[in-house]
Amino acid sequence: MIQETIITIISALFILAGLIFFLGAAMGLLRFPDFYTRMHAAGKGDTLSSLLVVLGFAIYQLHDFTSIQSDWPVILVIFKLLAICTFIMITSPTSTHALMNAGWEDDIEPEVKGKEANDLAKDFPEK
Amino acid sequence: MDDSMTKNGRNGYRVLVFSLLMIAWVIFSGLIDGFHLSLGLISCGIVTWMSSDLLFENRWMPLRKRIRQGFLLGFYFLWLIWQVILSNIHLLKLAFGPRSALSPQIIKFESNLESDFEKFLLANSITLTPGTVTMKIIGQTFYIHAISDIAADGLDGEMERRIAKIFAR
Repeated sequence: MIQETIITIISALFILAGLIFFLGAAMGLLRFPDFYTRMHAAGKGDTLSSLLVVLGFAIYQLHDFTSIQSDWPVILVIFKLLAICTFIMITSPTSTHALMNAGWEDDIEPEVKGKEANDLAKDFPEK
Repeated sequence: MDDSMTKNGRNGYRVLVFSLLMIAWVIFSGLIDGFHLSLGLISCGIVTWMSSDLLFENRWMPLRKRIRQGFLLGFYFLWLIWQVILSNIHLLKLAFGPRSALSPQIIKFESNLESDFEKFLLANSITLTPGTVTMKIIGQTFYIHAISDIAADGLDGEMERRIAKIFAR
């Protein structure tokens, strides 16, 4: 079936793109110099790559879709997957921010390019 | 504003909350028969009756305006997804590029946004755009960790203007 092949390929491409971004996040996590830059890799990489993988699943649901009368549960599954996407979009940046904030409160020293590049240390010298 | 109008506004919000809950119920249960739908009606009704004030902060705002905001927020999210893609490409380049491309710095950013939701939206958007993460919010001051010089230069007020436009009174 031509429709089945095309949709399988498209969803595979989405999942593959997600995996590439996961690889980038893992590389960043290993290579970046300090806690804060590593959080960049973990926080951003995870958001888009899990979005792409879940979207790939959602598209794959359509691979044997024939008519809305017989296949409406498939549409519900797609809406559930989209709900997961929304939760990831909201929670992932929030948790990144919470971890960065906790790191600063816990006196983890950020590695900045020069002393004058840290406005937070300038405003709160007692830390 | 006379009394009957405010009463109408509050009921409008109740109907809105109830229909959002009911849509979520139908999607997540997936069973469309009399028994499960009536269970949904009862539980959504109880939740709306007890705690419908939790969802929207300012209930004096006309519903039409609220719906317009919802649409604008949808377009904003589309723009944000595009920013997320750009940000991941930027990160991919940095992760596989030389160490010297990094120049981490923490910058201060003053915003004019006032309500909690607007600040939450700005903080999350900063985290999702290329190379920047919100570290700390004190009042209206945002402390932002930028991973490279390009990311730090990109922090102008554009995002703030977009958010302010959505919630313009």
